[in-house]
Amino acid sequence: MTSTSSLPGTIVAGAARTAAPPVRLGSRTGTPPAAIPFARVARTELRKMFDTRSGFWLMASIALTALLATGAVIAFAPDRALTYSTFATAFGFPMAVVLPIIALLSVTGEWSQRSGLSTFTIVPHRGRVLLAKGLVSVAVGIVSMLLACVIGAAGNLVGTAIAGVDTVWDVSMGDLADIILANVLGLVLGFMLGVLLRSSAGAIVAYFVYSLVLPPLAGLLAASQGWFHDLQPWVDFNYAQSALFDGSLSTAQWEHLAVTAALWLVAPLVVGVRVVMRSEVQ
Amino acid sequence: MIEVEALTKRYGTFTAVDDVTFRAEPGRVTGFLGPNGAGKSTTMRILVGLATPGAGSAKVLGRRFADLPNPGLEAGVLLDASAQHAGRTGREVLTIAQRFMGLPPGRVEEMLALVGLTPTEAGRRVRHYSLGMRQRLGIAAALIGDPEVLVLDEPANGLDPAGIRWMRDLLRGHADRGGTVLLSSHLLHEIEVIADDLVVIGNGRVVAQGAKSALLQAAGSVVRTPEPERLALALHTEGIASSSTGPEALRAEAEPDVVGRIAFAAGLPVLELRPADGAGLEEMFLELTADTQRDPRDEAAA
Repeated sequence: MTSTSSLPGTIVAGAARTAAPPVRLGSRTGTPPAAIPFARVARTELRKMFDTRSGFWLMASIALTALLATGAVIAFAPDRALTYSTFATAFGFPMAVVLPIIALLSVTGEWSQRSGLSTFTIVPHRGRVLLAKGLVSVAVGIVSMLLACVIGAAGNLVGTAIAGVDTVWDVSMGDLADIILANVLGLVLGFMLGVLLRSSAGAIVAYFVYSLVLPPLAGLLAASQGWFHDLQPWVDFNYAQSALFDGSLSTAQWEHLAVTAALWLVAPLVVGVRVVMRSEVQ
Repeated sequence: MIEVEALTKRYGTFTAVDDVTFRAEPGRVTGFLGPNGAGKSTTMRILVGLATPGAGSAKVLGRRFADLPNPGLEAGVLLDASAQHAGRTGREVLTIAQRFMGLPPGRVEEMLALVGLTPTEAGRRVRHYSLGMRQRLGIAAALIGDPEVLVLDEPANGLDPAGIRWMRDLLRGHADRGGTVLLSSHLLHEIEVIADDLVVIGNGRVVAQGAKSALLQAAGSVVRTPEPERLALALHTEGIASSSTGPEALRAEAEPDVVGRIAFAAGLPVLELRPADGAGLEEMFLELTADTQRDPRDEAAA
């Protein structure tokens, strides 16, 4: 018998005010309860991503922005541009913004909102909580991207029907997989910033600096400095990641992606996780 | 059962907790008393694994808190009622605890009823809660797993007198059923009415501990005489320390019969002579808080 099933469910509503015993101690017979299974931690963390108003709308914004982007392509794109790749580019932009924020807020909320005080007393193994948040975020990211792909495909069918042109599927399954991978990597980067900075505002700002400010600077540097031009593929994660949007990668490009991901994702994530494991929860 | 042994925690050069040792026994309410900043919260945070000790150990039911397989079922914790996501409803806060602990869903409504949060209140977001409602929610979250041990940091904060009475009955009942209760407070009188045992802490160190009854009694005598200086001298000659507590009053570190004999031998009139019940603890506590409570005149002069 598990400890859960032996919990007394003997309380009747309202008994409270008469200070009736809330619990029957000793109802468990000496055996310590079973450990919290990881799947339960993950399911509960998934719930926590939706159960606030801001969390709910952030999730809803995935579908909403994908619909808006698709609608905008149908409304404004010239007929000859009505191909699936146009739709994929359009819904890709909001995804690149929303997904990393969802991932980072799932972590930083525990500190910015101080809910970590109860989370980490209910589940003291902080590494399990972080792993659950990370895996759930990645799952949410993949499902969101698949949803966006479907919405884009529907838009392609509807848009070309309205315009009376042939429906063009100019994105292969392999290309789609690359685009999903690129967005998941962006999401993991947001997650990493959340773990490293543990502050909602700080992590969001850092993400935008990384994704909007750094790329043009790196481009400028590469254009003016020959040594950086050669080095960039090996050190610039943005640069290596952006190749995923341009079709199939060469072996060298996969190597660039792996090396830069180790530098920009894995190393800071390891540092951040170690700090979270040791730091005092205030 | 809670066992804290030789616990020490330093932040830089500041020693927040200094060699603290105490036990909270099952079947008893243990009051953890000390002025603000004395190290109560730090000790409790180490106890529940939110902070790591510099030295020493803290155990709940014989294990480090982090080694409890499903801590919520064995130790209910309320450290800071305001530390909740402001955008969650009260019911959702409890539902998350219920899910993590693997409890039946009906447990949430039971706890809401237990702490007296109405369904309407439970559906409101925590940002709209008063401090008293947050405390009730926090107590519900601590109790939801039917734990044997309760660790509560200043749970009476923000509760109205009826709420304090309610909580007192709740914790008393928990201890009477064999549970262990550790609760902190910076108010002596608040803890005096509920605790069986006291642990008094000041500047990170335990300054007194034991059964409340013992701590409140062993406090010498109060004696009133028109000639306090002469009586103080007579007591001093007999090796008994005393201190002035008013124009005609002394507190002596001896039983009333000893003080009476000395006064009689010295030929001094005695207006009143009685055991100094509880005054010892109160004075010690006032001394502890004196460092942090500044006189308004000092403040003006500074």
